[in-house]
Amino acid sequence: MTGTVAMRLSAQPFFAVLTDSQRGALAEDGTEVTFAAGERLFDEGGVADMFWLIEQGGIALDMRVPGRGDQIVETLGPGTVLGWSWLHPPYRWHFGAVARLATTAIAFDAASVRRRCDADPAFGYAMLSAFTPVITERLQTTRIRLLDLYATPSQVRHAIGPVNA
Amino acid sequence: MTGRRTASPALTEPAAGTAAVPRFYRVASRREDTADTVTLELTEPAQPVPAFAPGQFAMLTAFGIGEVPISVSGLGDNGGGRARRLEHTLRAVGAVTRALHAAPPGSLIGVRGPFGTSWDVASAAGRDIVIVAGGIGLAPLRPVMLTALADRSRYGRIVLLVGARTPGDLLYADELERWGCDGVEVAVIVDRADSGWNGEVGVVTTLIEPAGFAPDNSVAFVCGPDVMMRFTADALAARGIPVSRIRVSLERNMRCGVGWCGHCQFGPLLVCRDGPVVSYDRVAALMRVREL
Amino acid sequence: MHPSEDPARQPSGQAVIVDADGLPALFDALRGRGYTVVGPTVRDGAIVVAELASVAELPFGWGVETEAGRYRLRERSDTAAFGHSAGPQSWKSVLHPARARLWSADRVTGTVETSTVETSTVEGGEAAKPPRYALLGVRPCDVRAVGILDQVLTGGRHADPVYRGRRDGAFIVAVECTEPGATCFCTSMGCGPGVESGFDLAMTELTDAGDHRFVVRAGTAAGADVLADVPSRAADEATVRHAVTAVDEAAERMGRTMPVQGLPQLLADSRESPHWDDVASRCLTCGNCTMVCPTCFCTTTEDVTDLTGDHAERWRLWDSCFALDFSYLHGGSVRTSGQSRYRQWITHKLGTWHEQFGSSGCVGCGRCIAWCPTGIDITQEVSALASLQDVAAPDEDRP
Repeated sequence: MTGTVAMRLSAQPFFAVLTDSQRGALAEDGTEVTFAAGERLFDEGGVADMFWLIEQGGIALDMRVPGRGDQIVETLGPGTVLGWSWLHPPYRWHFGAVARLATTAIAFDAASVRRRCDADPAFGYAMLSAFTPVITERLQTTRIRLLDLYATPSQVRHAIGPVNA
Repeated sequence: MTGRRTASPALTEPAAGTAAVPRFYRVASRREDTADTVTLELTEPAQPVPAFAPGQFAMLTAFGIGEVPISVSGLGDNGGGRARRLEHTLRAVGAVTRALHAAPPGSLIGVRGPFGTSWDVASAAGRDIVIVAGGIGLAPLRPVMLTALADRSRYGRIVLLVGARTPGDLLYADELERWGCDGVEVAVIVDRADSGWNGEVGVVTTLIEPAGFAPDNSVAFVCGPDVMMRFTADALAARGIPVSRIRVSLERNMRCGVGWCGHCQFGPLLVCRDGPVVSYDRVAALMRVREL
Repeated sequence: MHPSEDPARQPSGQAVIVDADGLPALFDALRGRGYTVVGPTVRDGAIVVAELASVAELPFGWGVETEAGRYRLRERSDTAAFGHSAGPQSWKSVLHPARARLWSADRVTGTVETSTVETSTVEGGEAAKPPRYALLGVRPCDVRAVGILDQVLTGGRHADPVYRGRRDGAFIVAVECTEPGATCFCTSMGCGPGVESGFDLAMTELTDAGDHRFVVRAGTAAGADVLADVPSRAADEATVRHAVTAVDEAAERMGRTMPVQGLPQLLADSRESPHWDDVASRCLTCGNCTMVCPTCFCTTTEDVTDLTGDHAERWRLWDSCFALDFSYLHGGSVRTSGQSRYRQWITHKLGTWHEQFGSSGCVGCGRCIAWCPTGIDITQEVSALASLQDVAAPDEDRP
């Protein structure tokens, strides 16, 4: 089982920054999982005891907004990682996640991976090196969306006030 | 009181003297695309409408109000032997576009053009075509898709990546679906979802990595807000498309459309004359200069 | 190519001498051929460009004192009519007027009929044909400026009909300079103080020994035709040499110089220069420079209707890149800061103009220096940019 997971990890560029042995160690905490379209992975506020590397399909991050229902804030596709909240206390999900499409992924035991990071700082640093670029990129794209570039001038005015003096 | 209209032959570019004076065409049809966008078809019964190449624009006059540059959003020929029509998709954002937006069938709109450079779809023969549209930028790109589909065997894979503000702002939704069934890879993403949306949410650049095109044998056509074009072109280049084969459609204030008024300058370029379509290698550095 | 540049039309004429009292005959010869004579005249404390009813309206005995941000008339000790450097107006006031109607249109029973300058016969409106102007007293810098406007407005794919109409019918009497102003630098720009082409007639004014006369030569057949109706005598070699020397010496006495070497590249490299903050602290973005500049051509349009809404006109008006809404796009302007607008003006004038139109946009007339209320000097700004570049990249080989 681990051998297969290790192979599948190697096929994904996300953990390319890890050495082969680091990837092998990480694979020990990984399990192959599948989700049917519409299946919920976790709720906002739940315990963040796992994270996933998405291989096929798509996941939608959502938040329940009173009056709006479940609002999708972002969708994630193959090759990226779902879940950062396991990296730091209080280890709670900030958003919910639901499979938008039938999805296959590798699920990782977050507590076990954290123990490995504590025991082996080099491994921990390599993990952060894999995660931080993605976090930065998502922050950047979120900021771009906040700019509301496709809005008309009057939509911009209502949202953020006068643009030019 | 007797201004004379002289009959003139079909034009691929305006004859001398008419570059400054609009010809008034009739609105043949008006279709509401979204809450603030319409597509107008213009025709002139007395003589054929000039041929506009994909990427070119017309200066459209709302009688007595003013004039704005609007790219063509169709090929004008529906292939059925019907007289050519000018197709423009426009959004109501100011006095002139509000008037054009409201123009009912049968009303008259002034047209000067065609002006500007074309997407030059034919130069992509034998290559994959990658079209990336942001917001209303899909309108000037629609003629690229129609041109490619009309001569399908000439091109490789066709990929269309569309970013929109919300699902309700998506243009040509029916056509997107049809193209998807016609062998085009269509991916759509919105900045903000509504409750009925089960598609992707995020920025359009995230659609580039998983798309199925061969970067070393592709031509990319990008249109949308400046910032979106910059990030998209960089992402396409990062994936391996040579910058000389990435084309963007620039936009600047235009008063004349023919290189006399000076308004559309972008560094050394006059967007009306050297653009609006330019290859990214020519403008990548310029697009990074603040307030150029 | 404009008729005055066409070598096939260059007559093989000798220089002649026309006395000052022969000028009325020149006037009559021009008026008799249907030209409206436009030239310098004193008005409102300056020497402006206006329609002249007679020779007497020329500014005989008037000179000017110019410096950065300064222009004053002064009385000369002689009677020279052209002993003054560039005034606040240039010949673009005539050829590229500040207000022009591009077309008018009437919505009649469901159709629209348009009429233009060329086709209109509206009573009280534009004449069916534009007037023909004789431009009297065009300095060499301004001759070059007209040539530059020719390229901008008629050298592209589409020719501006208003400019073309007035330019094709224009007759140019150039006057070479023997007394440059403090703000002049035409020599640096390679277009003065003498002139070789682009005119129908060229004159050099001499007033020494109380003998007020002009050495005149024709540049075109039309010029020779007019000159034939003006009393003159063959120019002796001494006088011709005297005129040439006076012009050559003027080239040595320019008030300023422009370092033209590598200017387009310097400006392209200076886009992020800290110097723009320095200029912006002095520049009011008033746009005076663009109004007095003989090559600034930017315009905007305005559509107007009558009360019925069925008669519409499109008017073209001068505009300036310093105007805040010049670069208006999607709810705001691209260039809002003073830094960006000054940078746009000077980079266009001295740099990107080359790529757009094949030459520099500057002719060294010095008007922008004189009429800037804060005395910004375009030659000094270039020097400042150049020294900042040298600091940034010393001893570096630049392409």
